[in-house]
Amino acid sequence: MEAHEEKPIIYTMENKPIVTCAGDQSLFTSLYTSLAQQLPKEPMEWRRSYGRAPKMIHLEANFVQFKEELLPKDGNKALLTFPFLHIYWTDCCDTEVYKASVKEDMQRWQNILRLHSSVDWLIVVVESDAKKKNKTNILPRTSIVDKIRNDFCNKQSDRCVVLSDPLKESSRSQESWSSFLTKLRTLLLMSFTKNLGRFEDDMRTLREKRTEPGWSFCDYFMVQEELAFVFEMLQQFEDALVQYDELDALFTQYVLNFGAGDGANWLGSFCAPVRSWNGLLLRRPIDMEKRELIQRGEASLLDLRSYLFSRQCTLLIFLQRPWEVTLRALELLHNCVQELRLLEVSVVPGALDCWVFLSCLEVLHRIEGCCDRSQLEANCSHTVGLWTYATEKLKSLGYLCGLVAENGPTSEDLNRTVDLLAGLGTERPETVNSMQSPYKKLKEALSSVEAFEKHYLELSHAAVEMYRAIGRMRSARLVGKSLAEFYMRKGDPERAEGFLEESLRLYVAEGWSLQVTHTRKQMAECQKLLRQTDDYLQTSALLAGDANLNQEERTHFCQEILSFASQPPGPSDQTVALSMAAFAQLRQLQFSPPGAVVHVGAALQLELRVRCLMPVAVHVGQLAATLHFSLEQGGARGRAGSSQRRPGQGPQGQGDGVVLFPQGSPLSGAGCSLTPALELYEMQDRSPSDSSLNSAGVVCKNVHLLLRRHDSNASLDTPTAGVLPAAVAVDDGAQMLRARDVTLQPGDNSILFTAPTGEPGSYTLRQLCGSVGRVQFVQSHIYPVVQYEVYSQEPQLTIEPLSDNLLAGIPQRVKFTIATGHYSIKKGDALQLSNTDSMPILHSSRCSATILSSTGGQLPSPHEHMGERALSIQSSEKVTSISLPPTPPYHTLEFQLEVLCHIPPAPLKLDSERLTNGEVRHRSKSRSHADSAMIHIDQKVSIDCPWSIYSTLISLTFYVPFKAKHTLLSAGRRKYIQVCLQNVSDSNFHLADPVLVERQPTTTVELLSLNAKRQQLVCSQQSLFCLWEMRWAKDLPPCLQCEFSASFVPISALDPPAAFKTYRYEFQLDRVSTLYSVKAEICPASGDKHCRTGTLCGLEVSITRQAEPSETEGEEEESTEIEGLKTTKLMYEVVDNSSNWAVCGKSSGVVSMPVAPSATHRVQMEVMPLFAGHLPFPNIKVFKYLPHSAAQVIQPDTDSCLENDNLSLLDKGLDDQGDTASIRSRGSVHSVGSGEQQREQQRGLPMPRLEPFSPGQVFNWTQGRQVLVLPATDDHVMEVNVT
Amino acid sequence: MAVCIAVIAKENYPLYIRSVPTQNELKFHYTVHTSLDVVEEKISAVGKAMADQRELYLGLLYPTEDYKVYGYVTNSKMFRKLHNSFTDVMCNPFYNPGDTIQSKAFDGMVSVMMVQAS
Repeated sequence: MEAHEEKPIIYTMENKPIVTCAGDQSLFTSLYTSLAQQLPKEPMEWRRSYGRAPKMIHLEANFVQFKEELLPKDGNKALLTFPFLHIYWTDCCDTEVYKASVKEDMQRWQNILRLHSSVDWLIVVVESDAKKKNKTNILPRTSIVDKIRNDFCNKQSDRCVVLSDPLKESSRSQESWSSFLTKLRTLLLMSFTKNLGRFEDDMRTLREKRTEPGWSFCDYFMVQEELAFVFEMLQQFEDALVQYDELDALFTQYVLNFGAGDGANWLGSFCAPVRSWNGLLLRRPIDMEKRELIQRGEASLLDLRSYLFSRQCTLLIFLQRPWEVTLRALELLHNCVQELRLLEVSVVPGALDCWVFLSCLEVLHRIEGCCDRSQLEANCSHTVGLWTYATEKLKSLGYLCGLVAENGPTSEDLNRTVDLLAGLGTERPETVNSMQSPYKKLKEALSSVEAFEKHYLELSHAAVEMYRAIGRMRSARLVGKSLAEFYMRKGDPERAEGFLEESLRLYVAEGWSLQVTHTRKQMAECQKLLRQTDDYLQTSALLAGDANLNQEERTHFCQEILSFASQPPGPSDQTVALSMAAFAQLRQLQFSPPGAVVHVGAALQLELRVRCLMPVAVHVGQLAATLHFSLEQGGARGRAGSSQRRPGQGPQGQGDGVVLFPQGSPLSGAGCSLTPALELYEMQDRSPSDSSLNSAGVVCKNVHLLLRRHDSNASLDTPTAGVLPAAVAVDDGAQMLRARDVTLQPGDNSILFTAPTGEPGSYTLRQLCGSVGRVQFVQSHIYPVVQYEVYSQEPQLTIEPLSDNLLAGIPQRVKFTIATGHYSIKKGDALQLSNTDSMPILHSSRCSATILSSTGGQLPSPHEHMGERALSIQSSEKVTSISLPPTPPYHTLEFQLEVLCHIPPAPLKLDSERLTNGEVRHRSKSRSHADSAMIHIDQKVSIDCPWSIYSTLISLTFYVPFKAKHTLLSAGRRKYIQVCLQNVSDSNFHLADPVLVERQPTTTVELLSLNAKRQQLVCSQQSLFCLWEMRWAKDLPPCLQCEFSASFVPISALDPPAAFKTYRYEFQLDRVSTLYSVKAEICPASGDKHCRTGTLCGLEVSITRQAEPSETEGEEEESTEIEGLKTTKLMYEVVDNSSNWAVCGKSSGVVSMPVAPSATHRVQMEVMPLFAGHLPFPNIKVFKYLPHSAAQVIQPDTDSCLENDNLSLLDKGLDDQGDTASIRSRGSVHSVGSGEQQREQQRGLPMPRLEPFSPGQVFNWTQGRQVLVLPATDDHVMEVNVT
Repeated sequence: MAVCIAVIAKENYPLYIRSVPTQNELKFHYTVHTSLDVVEEKISAVGKAMADQRELYLGLLYPTEDYKVYGYVTNSKMFRKLHNSFTDVMCNPFYNPGDTIQSKAFDGMVSVMMVQAS
């Protein structure tokens, strides 16, 4: 018994639930095969407690002979050895036999079961026909079964089943088997449910006691594992795994609590120092050794974890989840290391590395054992972590045991190795025969430097390959870098270089500065060993400027460069070109003058601000920028001249002449440079015939940038790129900006360059190169583009007025400006101005010129005063000669002259030409100024300049300050002339002596001035009116030629009063005398004293002839003779534009005026006032009515009717000599005269026409008269509705 | 609590990275950078499977012996705070997207989330 308990029969999971068999053993043996086969054939549904999902389960059983020892004693909770069902087999069919022996046997069996309170039993009665036949005294079949049921199955009749002819192939037999098996399964499951349920309850109770002092995790572990075993036995691996995971979690929680200061007593056993580190063992389903350790409470943490994981692993592999094993393994290994640390378990240095290494390989071997190659390759991502972990651990072991050192291990190292190997113990029997066991690998690797290298490289390369295969490039690079470190330790920089380079490139490309710095430092070391001078210097430069390093390190790398630079070069040594980017950054560049556009030979300075990245001051022998020279733009500018350049607009496009260089931080800069933004545009291809869309697409414009190899992209940043591009080669022939012996301090420095400006053209900065001894720092491109321009300018003369407008008639100052450009004015050079009569040049002796030096730029004060020189001006008859003072090139000469433009007598005729000296024709045009109504005169001046054989024509515009207007006024027969003189300029004037004279004086007319004042002030935009009365003795001449003249002088506070000038205005008056007078009277309705609104009033118009038409006037006025009386036809019209009056009935008509003095024609009309008050009289207009020469009736064609109804109506009316109706629109009459004339001309048809009289020919007496209109008496009725 | 918090730009360079014990800074940088492998893997896997694109939590990225690297969010509300703070940084009109983050507020938020170095 004792022995049995100590050594359970579980070594493999070939276990099945135990079913004991009592009774007829031979009978059972004969049926065993069938039974064992049939039982698992059909699944049964297992309904479970605690809401767990029901499961279909295939039952198997281990049928053993019934022994009392098999029954568990009280307290033994072992489930695996627990007999779940007890079966009693009998084929007894004889009552006697039953009574004699079988019953007794059964009774004993039952008693034993009852003693152990086992209620899971079954009695099987096997019946066979064969047996029955042999016996004669057979009772009916049922009787024996009934007896048994009666005897044993108290109310449990289903505990006794009959199996009929089990060995026969009959349907009855099959049926019997089937029902028996169902019963058997049902009972088994019932037993499981009951017993497992009880077990679980016990287990939970135990778990709840975990806070009690005596509680042991190991004991509990054993209990729960028992459950796991049973689940596993029932092939419920998932459930089994859950048990282990629960144990795992429970343990983990305890360790964590321990770490948090809440320690459990039982944990003490796990805190024992680690003495064995032989790794996981996954080749056995159950590692009994470890299990026993746990059972005895002697397991270390690693033992417990190893055992637990081996069980989980086994179950996961049963569940075909090998990849979960790898994930859990990595987690476990990490976790164990952490837990040992947390529990402060003392571990020999390196022991854990051994354990982890062995474990990793063990897991990998286990996985390899259950997966095929293709599966493994497809799931690299799951295994690679373990590979890397193993590699890391081997590496650290190698470092620990002195296997990586160049000189091999020391004796201390060897001792350590021996200790570590001792902890491995002996190899486990499972792997003794395996050549590649983890144990053997580790032992071998630790045995010698060579073996270590072999194993380490093998593992590393495997890891790198796997990472590459699954695209984890960063991880691959990290392993690679680790390899590089290994090679460097081994003194093999050649091999290290490649790995370092790859890693560095990745870190630079992704902008991880700390990694970049770290790797670069390793790279520097490597390059130094490899004697790659250029690369080493480049790397050193980058490190010297690396902000991640401390000052000391940076200074070290800087000194490396400086000491190399100061070495005298050997005969074959060339200078070393390094990238400027590592050495210094361009910050900004400032041009002085800021426009960066200067004339040939002018001074142009460039101030370059450079941030030196070196930690110490560096003396630069020469800092030079090569220039690219091109003629194109400079030439164009030279021709354009300086005046067309907008100030402050240099080639840089900025007004301040400052070029800022973009400062991407090294991180983001690298990050961004990786992926330039796509520049896409749409492309559509249309058919040429009907422009239908053939195809559409998207085109990438910057393919060349995007598809560029990234390697070459960062070539200058990665020092290993080797030779710098050819463009860096410093071109000595080109023009340069140079600064010698510059000491660059750390941080910002300012360097001043003087730019060459020898030739006109465009200069572009291309490369920047700083020479420090043998080392040259080169920046091959300067971006943004920096350029300046040198121009050559032609001399130029401009003349500008000093004031806004030049006024004609008054002396005006104009400024002469000569930009000398490239021409230098020598002594004796003179400007020759052609004199004109209309614009004399008024010069005085005190004329002087100012010479300004234009310093070529657009500085706030662009001109520098150079001094004043006297000018000598000589005038001859035709030419005014101005001798210029000597002036150097690119200077400005300024002087002022006074000119006077005579006002031509107004009104000016268009295109009046002014001949000057006969050689040049000056054409002065006068036009009306659009807004201010000023008349202006364009005066051209022809100047011969000393630098040109051609004359320069310069146009000056003068404005006439006055505008005159005349009006003829009449009063009856008396005539007055009014002249209005308007000051249209912005100046104020004094006007004096307005005089009006006849140009060809006649004795008949006398002009009597009615103007009082002699002198009058006329302010800007004001007018002066002058009036003369005309008196004549006999007849008025038909035409009067007059000339108005007035003296004016500008009023100025500054200048002394100047002499009066005369303004003249000529005009002509025609048809002065009054022919007709029109008089109108409005009479109120009869019986009323006043007119009233709404009441018709009489309007009497009388037209009286004042004078006979003179000879000349008669030509125009058509007169006809009717019945011997000479008459003139007039048309009158009453118009009231202000809608005061309604004209009722006819409003216009034609009258015939007899050609006799004082002939009067009266017309009566009716008008109605529309408003009350003093109403002005309606207008009465009189026209000349000229019938067509042939007095025939014209029938207007229908077209014209349609075209213009109004006109044709009027035409008809007029032709019929009838009176037009008042419905005719008033406005149409105006158009009649001109319109009809046009029509007549157009059509060539004779039509009557209207012609207005000249002003003064008709005198209207009622002009301005008003009549009182009273409101109508009772038209103020207000209707009010109240609702 | 976190020992290292990094915000990585989509071009894989660090917008912000801060770790607790200064002496381990380089190691943290290496670890964070290497775990980008897994981020890329997970993101591309999400794209393939057309899974819920809003699921921003990438989970455990890169377990190491000493630390675990989580992508985007841990099981606490830690990341939500970080994300909100990051959004604030992005909303700053003076912040140029792509630049490293130098916001003091963000720094403060990160400090709260980190293990306080004793």
